[in-house]
Amino acid sequence: MTDAVIKCDSVYKIFGTNAKKMLQEANGNVDAKTFQENGCIVGVNNASFEVSKGEMLVVMGLSGSGKSTLLRCISRLTDATAGKIYIDGQDLLSLNNKELIELRRNKMGMVFQSFALLPHKTVLENIAFPLQIKGVEDQECINKAMDMVKLVGLDGRENYFPRELSGGQQQRVGIARSLAVEPDIWFLDEPFSALDPLIRKEMQDEFLRLQAKLQKTIMFITHDFDEALKLADRIAIMKDGIIEQLDTPAKIVLNPATEYVRKFTEEVPREKVLKIEDVMEKPNNENLSDLKVSKNEIIENVAEKILTQEKSVAVIDENNKIVGTLHPSKIIHTVFGGRKNNG
Amino acid sequence: MELLKRYPKLFQWLFLLVVFFTLCFAIDVPETYKFIRGQAEFIKDPNQSTYTLFGIEVRYYAFDTLWRLPPLLGWLPIWINDSLFFLLNDWMPMEFWNADTQTYKTRPLVLQITRNITAIMTFFIELIREILLGGVETVVTFTSWDWISENPWAKLPGLPWTIVAAGAAILGYKLSGKGLAVFAGIVMIYISVFGQWKPSMQTLSFILVAAPLSFIFGLSLGIMAFKSKRVEKALHPILLVMQTMPQYAVLVPAIVLFGVGDHAAVIITMVVAVPPMILLTLLGLRGVSPEVIEAGRMSGCNNWQLMFNVLIPTARRDILIGVNQVIMVCFSMAVISAFIGAKGLGFNLLLALNQLNIGLALEAGLCISLIAILLDKMSLAWANKQTDYFGSLTFFELHKSGLFFAGAVLVALILAYIGSFYFKEGFNYLYEIPHNKGISTADFWNKGVDWIWDTFFHTLKIFNTWLIVDVLQPMRAAFLRMPVVATFVLVMGAGYIIGGIRTAFVVGGLTMFIALSPWWDRALVTTYMATFGVIISCTIGVTVGTLCSQNEYTKNFMLAVCDIFQTFPSFVYLIPVMMLFGVTDTSVLIAVIVYATIPATRYTIEGLRSVPAALHDAGSMSGVTKVQRLLNIEFPIAFPHMMLGLNQTIVFALFMVIIGAFIGTEDLGQYILKALSDKKGAGIGLTLGICVAFIGLIFDNLIRTWVEKRKKHLGIS
Repeated sequence: MTDAVIKCDSVYKIFGTNAKKMLQEANGNVDAKTFQENGCIVGVNNASFEVSKGEMLVVMGLSGSGKSTLLRCISRLTDATAGKIYIDGQDLLSLNNKELIELRRNKMGMVFQSFALLPHKTVLENIAFPLQIKGVEDQECINKAMDMVKLVGLDGRENYFPRELSGGQQQRVGIARSLAVEPDIWFLDEPFSALDPLIRKEMQDEFLRLQAKLQKTIMFITHDFDEALKLADRIAIMKDGIIEQLDTPAKIVLNPATEYVRKFTEEVPREKVLKIEDVMEKPNNENLSDLKVSKNEIIENVAEKILTQEKSVAVIDENNKIVGTLHPSKIIHTVFGGRKNNG
Repeated sequence: MELLKRYPKLFQWLFLLVVFFTLCFAIDVPETYKFIRGQAEFIKDPNQSTYTLFGIEVRYYAFDTLWRLPPLLGWLPIWINDSLFFLLNDWMPMEFWNADTQTYKTRPLVLQITRNITAIMTFFIELIREILLGGVETVVTFTSWDWISENPWAKLPGLPWTIVAAGAAILGYKLSGKGLAVFAGIVMIYISVFGQWKPSMQTLSFILVAAPLSFIFGLSLGIMAFKSKRVEKALHPILLVMQTMPQYAVLVPAIVLFGVGDHAAVIITMVVAVPPMILLTLLGLRGVSPEVIEAGRMSGCNNWQLMFNVLIPTARRDILIGVNQVIMVCFSMAVISAFIGAKGLGFNLLLALNQLNIGLALEAGLCISLIAILLDKMSLAWANKQTDYFGSLTFFELHKSGLFFAGAVLVALILAYIGSFYFKEGFNYLYEIPHNKGISTADFWNKGVDWIWDTFFHTLKIFNTWLIVDVLQPMRAAFLRMPVVATFVLVMGAGYIIGGIRTAFVVGGLTMFIALSPWWDRALVTTYMATFGVIISCTIGVTVGTLCSQNEYTKNFMLAVCDIFQTFPSFVYLIPVMMLFGVTDTSVLIAVIVYATIPATRYTIEGLRSVPAALHDAGSMSGVTKVQRLLNIEFPIAFPHMMLGLNQTIVFALFMVIIGAFIGTEDLGQYILKALSDKKGAGIGLTLGICVAFIGLIFDNLIRTWVEKRKKHLGIS
């Protein structure tokens, strides 16, 4: 891909005093256990991937899997031990401090798990903070920050202090702050993990609404597989610093690459994740029923209609062209089949 | 055996005590040993032993080393003194340009540096002082005395007190609102009407220089320590010692380096006030969550912006406590530095105490305390101030304070002008009420004291005698009767049981320093007084704290009381007790108890408050009674925090014991006070100070180690 906004090439992050030396000696073959015995902790182990413009990559992993470390390498909050990271084709690790600050002031925004709001500033001041830091004129800061306040739906609370807000509202401030400089790249580090389930769902929907509007390039960190499925264009699943699988949600659910990934996918309600196109077959000349379904439909939404048919249904694309067929039995197999085999 | 297994520590302690007391009884007091007085190192006596180290001869009475160690560190104070004098008078002479005589003059480097610092300090103090009170020194700095005598008009006129009062009120209003405005106004009017204007403004000018300087130095050093491990490591031991070093002890070397006067007082104040500021800055910065720092970085902060826009404001809470401490220390030093010639309320206070004029002392003390509380509140309000971005304010609203101030200046000037006609003879009360020409309540208080003496003389006397004869003297004798070996066994044994071999050696080393100094007996007396104070303070503090914790209202009330009491300069505590008990050990001890009860109470309340609500509920559901809850749930959880309170209580008690030397005690403090008036006192003062600091550190070390272990054990950190 040429329009990769973020590109990682064999990125390693190893904590410890003699990490660099050990990494050289290991010659690219990093084993977490041997490293640990020598007092080094492997954070990220040989991560290579690209994120293209407007894409949302969700990095999923349990705590200690290195997902946050990976994000911090890409935002250069920590320096990667080895490997190359490119942001818009620019070598991130070669930037000096000034260039890095410039990059962050203009291109990057980040949202944190514990909100990381400045306790001494009001909602408005918090949101205006990156602009003020950049040296934008006061009145303009305030105007822009007010726009952001409206964008995240906090109008009327701009003079509140973070401590006077609920968790969900605080994270809205965090989101608004990260968007204030209108960055191209948006990092979110478990933004909704500290919230109640109901609020979390609300915030996820809000987030999707924002993303549909803003079309940022996003790296989103979560430990919640459902959240990943719901939001992601592509998911990277991490374990012990290694990216186990990186693919679209459908492909991960249908073809888990490793045993570890499969465990996550087991409990996933497939009808809610998979689209018709993920399970359809190539068009052949068989006798089709009158029902036509769009290839982009989620199975859950059309399953009832399809299951009332006896013959295969036609799958069409946006231009009403038949691109595939789907037999009702395939739906039953997809939804229930997998479980039986595993159970 | 079963018991031994269940409570191994208990038996270790018992064993330790048994050994300790055995040693105490086994080693007799040598017949020729004279407690305390036997150590005068300057008396020449053929019975003395001598040794020479670094060319310094030390004389001492030799005794069995099990009983008392020889003063092997006796040369240290003399050596410090000599080094200091050498540094100041002989080291690195250089040529310096002298503007007055227009010639080069040879002067030792250090002397030149200290003289320059002195000049700068003096300038700032005089500047503020003359803005407030009027004078010519500031003009002289820029011109010369000759010029002044030719131009008698050229002097700062000094503000009428009405302007300062109005200014304080307006500032209070701007910072926080009506409440602070009224308070500021009342404080200023009180000071003026009661004829304390001049000394108060002198003190204020000293503090307005000392406090900001201490704040800036403390903050910058704190930031440096936060940024660099090496700086922190270098500062750490100094900070530790300074935390427990009595303020008196710093006075003496400062006189040598900077002479006497307000400027030296500022420097000493900085020496005392900067360490807690550093510690609290460091603590605050450490406490900032890493995500907030990352958020700052991702907002594109450079290092400077990160520090001043993110880290420091986020750490504001601790830094503000630091500011509060700085102000407290400044006022405390405002009194103590009167010993080295600082002008102001402190001087009047000491004078009044010396004359046993309790009424006057009380008035001066009240003024100091009021100004202290006022400045404390103002600094807090300033730090919490918010900006309003939205209100489309009119010109009047925007410049309200300025306009009001201008108005006040005008009115006050007119008043002062009218006053100059009205009060033709004598003093213009609308301009400045001269010292002791205001209303005075001193007579009232003095009469009150007399009345109390007349009425309760017997009761007080009986109490006093009972306390001294039946409690204090036996306790003191018991402390002095301790052979040095027994002390070592006790201290190091406690260290070993609490923290293992390392702790044992650390506290042993600290004790060793004191034991090898020539003042072991006096250190014992200091320890005995502090111990007595601490025991009573803790009993009172824990009881009061526990009772007050029973409901929200009393709890907050008590914390507020602690806040106010803490703002009083330490010397002020001596006034009321001297009223009641005169110049005796009892007075000192009661001052110690009152002063040291503050942290004991505060930490008890805070500790009990930190017990999680879930545990309360769990207790309630298990059906505990109030007492059971207190004993089985609250105390065990709150205990580590309360022990930190004990730590503070000890430090406070030690401070007060040393200050008590002013009344006349026979401990280390008395020697420090003596060193003040001794030309060669610097080394002695410093060494004595270190001794006191080490007594504090021994307890500090034991308690902290214990608290850390306990916290780890309980899983709170």
